[in-house]
Amino acid sequence: MELWFSEKHTDNVELKIKVKQQLYSKKSYYQQIDILDTYEFGRILVLDGYIMLTEKDEYVYHEMVTHVPMAVNPDVKNVLVIGAGDGGTLRELCRYDTIEHIDMVEIDELVVEVCKRYLPQTACCFNDERLDLHIGDGLKYVRYKENEYDLIIVDSTDPFGPGEGLFTKEFYGRCFTALTDKGILINQHESTYYDSYVDMVQRTHKRISANFPVSMVYQTHIPTYPSGQWLFGFASKNLHPVYDIQEDRWNALGLKTKYYNTELHKGCFALPNDVKEVLENT
Amino acid sequence: MELSQQDAPLYDALKKHIKNRIVRFDVPGHKGGRGNKELRDFLGEQCMKIDVNSMKPLDNLCHPVSVIKDAQQLAADAMGADHAFFMVNGNTSAVQTMIFTACKSGDKIIMPRNVHRSAINALVVCGAIPVYVNPGTNKQLGIALGMSANDVEKAIERNPDAKAVLVNNPTYYGICSDLRKIVEIAHEHGMLVLVDEAHGTHFYFGENLPVSAMAAGADMAALSVHKTGGSLTQSAILLCKNTVSAGYVHQIINLTQTTSSSYLLMVSLDLARRNLYLNGKEMFAKTQAYCEYAREEINKIGGYYAYSSELVNGDDFYAFDTTKLSIYTRATGLAGVEVYDILRDDYDIQVEFGDIGNILAIVSAGDRELEVERFISALYEIKRHYSKDPAGMFDHEYIDPTVVLAPQQAFYSEKISIPIEQSSGKICGEFVMCYPPGIPILAPGERITSEILSYISYCKEKGCSMTGTEDMNLEYINVVV
Repeated sequence: MELWFSEKHTDNVELKIKVKQQLYSKKSYYQQIDILDTYEFGRILVLDGYIMLTEKDEYVYHEMVTHVPMAVNPDVKNVLVIGAGDGGTLRELCRYDTIEHIDMVEIDELVVEVCKRYLPQTACCFNDERLDLHIGDGLKYVRYKENEYDLIIVDSTDPFGPGEGLFTKEFYGRCFTALTDKGILINQHESTYYDSYVDMVQRTHKRISANFPVSMVYQTHIPTYPSGQWLFGFASKNLHPVYDIQEDRWNALGLKTKYYNTELHKGCFALPNDVKEVLENT
Repeated sequence: MELSQQDAPLYDALKKHIKNRIVRFDVPGHKGGRGNKELRDFLGEQCMKIDVNSMKPLDNLCHPVSVIKDAQQLAADAMGADHAFFMVNGNTSAVQTMIFTACKSGDKIIMPRNVHRSAINALVVCGAIPVYVNPGTNKQLGIALGMSANDVEKAIERNPDAKAVLVNNPTYYGICSDLRKIVEIAHEHGMLVLVDEAHGTHFYFGENLPVSAMAAGADMAALSVHKTGGSLTQSAILLCKNTVSAGYVHQIINLTQTTSSSYLLMVSLDLARRNLYLNGKEMFAKTQAYCEYAREEINKIGGYYAYSSELVNGDDFYAFDTTKLSIYTRATGLAGVEVYDILRDDYDIQVEFGDIGNILAIVSAGDRELEVERFISALYEIKRHYSKDPAGMFDHEYIDPTVVLAPQQAFYSEKISIPIEQSSGKICGEFVMCYPPGIPILAPGERITSEILSYISYCKEKGCSMTGTEDMNLEYINVVV
């Protein structure tokens, strides 16, 4: 018997992955949660039918949302992570001894529980004593925060379903207020390769740019995401992601990474013309 | 066969009809969608297939004898009425039917002035004479409330020849009058009580809500079921007690009702009734919980006031419909209509209406927590970005009108069009209103005053959509010669 998982990337494109075994399947209040063991990508986390991470390529995502802002501002002390129930972003953050406190807000408690059980590769730092895990709505959580965080990372699902509120103008506006003067906002920014995503990328970029003086987009390569080409947003009140990089300080930390390095950091903000065009037309 | 509230006779008949694959040599000409493929692809095949004309197995709304009759009776039973009529031309047609049933030309009808345009339109058509009861007003919020039972009693005593009392309950903002008391007084004087219950369908199915018109003993009630009951836009139900002749009401309806009534609308009423009966308690408890939560959070922001039962005063604010999320915005320095526009243009959130001092969000069991959170956060952001000093803002919505001519007489009088700024002191020959909410600022036959003109110009400046006048831009107004 052959068992295949397929994810629809557009109406006419599917990604298929051969499955060894389905390890978990349950519908929470918010979404359908599945864990599959696969031959090529190891264990994968699937929410509402969409791949959130695979053991094989998760490092790209998690390193890129964490080390990029940390190299620009190595003095980050207080961090807010929204979403990220798989724990991968937390794992990368916990590598910095200089970080004093991490608030993490995940809407779906079951995702955290399931990841702790089936994805120890990412869900390995939930016991870190700097962490305060809050189960709740991220948009609500930031509503009353002011001047509190040096870094906010929005590690969310796609802009439909439970993550919808994290792609809105009101959310980015509240993040602006919640950040300190040197604060940085990193968000999952979808992809422009397929037409069906373009509109959301534009709207997201427009909404962030309406709130932040510095609003840039960087690119990376995540093989299991639609098209493989994936974007993140870097927004801040005054720090520039490339001009303000503290390369020597970051390299002096001696962190071993699988994907990220400071040369790549400077390069990933250079975008291909098709992406630039989409962003310019927002 | 005895039907129960578990049944949906019209729905069952339509399903059976589709299954029978009847060859269609009748209207509509799209023949189940084959004749208009683009529309079929857009709306969905099922939708086109049930868009059919009246036929024997599907009954006829103009003369219901089988499945429509049964569906209507189930609706009547579910809501404590003796008769129910499915209406396919909106609640407007239900309100007008109530007035036409109660009044002939020259008859008097007692009503609050802040009624929906449909009620005054009915007066233009049938020639009944309104006796207006000024609604109460809340000085802080600047909005019109319900009618005080005492004021209704005075109007009844001064006009013992009036045929009926029309009550707007709840108002758009969710404010209720003392309906039981008004019914008692009106019935003592032999007058019918007609309730425009456009925003109150849920009163029949939820718990901890104000009394419904039928439970309060009213004779007729017009329910815009699509507003809070889950049926399709433009569908409504007219409820009657045996105190009016159902046969006569039916004749009145047929004076103006289409003979090609939409089965989409009718089946939506049948299924809405069943759903409300079976799940209404739970649905409206969820709605109330969302609204209570939102009120609490919005009132924390400051500047906004999401009001509720704390304003109940036993009189013209007799009860509050807690499923309504009405928010007073003026203290942020923003007119309701400005917040309404910013919410849609900048935050992709559409609320029901914004007037001078308030916005109204319609919340239902169809909402999700995340949307409620978005709404609250957006209000927070709007305050942060746009709030200003509220000094100099118009502070009241409602201006007592002076009625000089009956609406019909004024509407059909000889009129001239003059620049609106020169119209002070003249008698208005048409309607002027902001839509939504569609409550006239001026109705035909009312004296135009400088206060009203400055209110109109303020509404225009704040971006309200002004409707009702022959001149679409409202630079000119028709006045009675």
